[in-house]
Amino acid sequence: MSGERRLDRRGFLARGLAAASAALLGGCEDLSDQPWVRRVLDSAETLTHVTQRALLSPEALAREYSEADLSRDFKANGSTDPEDPDYVTHAKNGFADWKLVVGGLVEEPLELSLAEIRAMPSRTQITRHDCVEGWSCIGKWKGVPLSALLEKAKLKQDARYIVFYCADDLGQTGTEADKYYESIGLADAFHAQTILAYEMNDQTLPIPHGAPLRLRVERQLGYKMAKYVMRIEAVDGLASIRGGRGGFWEDLGYEWYAGI
Amino acid sequence: MEKREVIYRHSGAVRLTHWVNALVLLVLLMSGLQIFNAHPALYLGSKSDFERPVMAMGAVQDGERVKGVTTVFGHAFDTTGAFGLAGDAENGYEDRGFPWWSTLPGHRDLATGRRWHFFFAWLFLFNGLAYLLWSLASGHLRRDLAPSGKELKHIGASIWEHVRLKFPTGEEAKRYNVLQKLAYLLVALILLPLMLLTGLAMSPGMDAAFPFLLDMFGGRQSARTIHFIAASGIVIFVVVHLVMVLISGVWNNLRSMITGRYVIAPAEDKP
Repeated sequence: MSGERRLDRRGFLARGLAAASAALLGGCEDLSDQPWVRRVLDSAETLTHVTQRALLSPEALAREYSEADLSRDFKANGSTDPEDPDYVTHAKNGFADWKLVVGGLVEEPLELSLAEIRAMPSRTQITRHDCVEGWSCIGKWKGVPLSALLEKAKLKQDARYIVFYCADDLGQTGTEADKYYESIGLADAFHAQTILAYEMNDQTLPIPHGAPLRLRVERQLGYKMAKYVMRIEAVDGLASIRGGRGGFWEDLGYEWYAGI
Repeated sequence: MEKREVIYRHSGAVRLTHWVNALVLLVLLMSGLQIFNAHPALYLGSKSDFERPVMAMGAVQDGERVKGVTTVFGHAFDTTGAFGLAGDAENGYEDRGFPWWSTLPGHRDLATGRRWHFFFAWLFLFNGLAYLLWSLASGHLRRDLAPSGKELKHIGASIWEHVRLKFPTGEEAKRYNVLQKLAYLLVALILLPLMLLTGLAMSPGMDAAFPFLLDMFGGRQSARTIHFIAASGIVIFVVVHLVMVLISGVWNNLRSMITGRYVIAPAEDKP
């Protein structure tokens, strides 16, 4: 039957097209895995970083919104309930005995309770949270400016990056080396909107959103804004920390500079 | 019979930027679909109202069966096999926006998709700027692309010619026709710059540097939706463009975009 033959031909064409696109894509897949291709592709991050730094004055603020703009349902992504035993114990206790540790390349290492942090100057901001996946939510954050903490701890001359060590184990391996961490440069660390938030939408910061402290870096994407921050360290380089790329997602191939 | 005339149709700059752009747009489209698949839903305004997306793709359980469903303005369409659901009963289903063959990389890998997208976005910018500056300086824009008032008045005749798939010959064939001019201008001056601007409006860094990007498009999520729609517009243009290339003398067209030389069919004798 001619109808059958036509179907056959269509089937053949479809298979041919699928095979051709598979070959093409296969080529690109292989390309993605080639170290030199990866290096070339990754060079765009440096270009983007340098360009945005040139266009973005250190004082330029991310847009701030009004109460009416708040998301009714702010999505909690990544870890939402850390299982670390120490964290669970502190959470049960409302973080009353918990202390934030500030160390590394500082003149005066700090250990601050939540009450002491709350007694410091604060900043409140309603900002848009842009996830690397593509969605955005608007929330109200209150916290201590990171600059206030760093001024109190007095950074040493050679400090270049601030690293945030977190309680959550997003890699789900239960090892210390697989816990969430993040890092930012000094330009972002001393930016007016960079705060360690302890309140969200006028409530104590809830656990799904990073209690007791969550970093806000408003001119970059959501994965830079580490939740469950336990310890802050000033360092002169990132290469010797964990995967060496400056963050949990960065070690998995995401950009360290997440301004785009 | 008149002797066949060969003209030099496309300058080196047009040919080079054309082919670079073709490759760059293919990579941007496929890596863009990889990025879209990380959250296959579109919204209007500054933030995502997860309850009310403008468009969304996803898998839903329908009794025993899993379906791929695409929702547009609240209307749901079964798009199993194309959008929202990939795979089969044998090998297992996967919740997925666009199918594997349309994304770069083919498997789910947002980090690598972003690396491809942003590297090629820079190539797109450099190539596009080179083309636009050259077109302005050389007069290509004014001479070859800007339609004259007379041409615009006769646009109806040009549409009728296209409908009958009749293509200009002789003198007429030496220039782009008015529909061609308008289509190329729409892409080069509106759709492609719109892709760049809506792309930048999604960057939290660029939004802090240039807050007007947000106001221009009505918020970051609107910019993302416009980015998707403009990309769809470019895909439609490319499909029409390829069909026209195929039916109006594929070898002649291809040669003119590679070597610059284009053969003019002799004008038909008018009675």
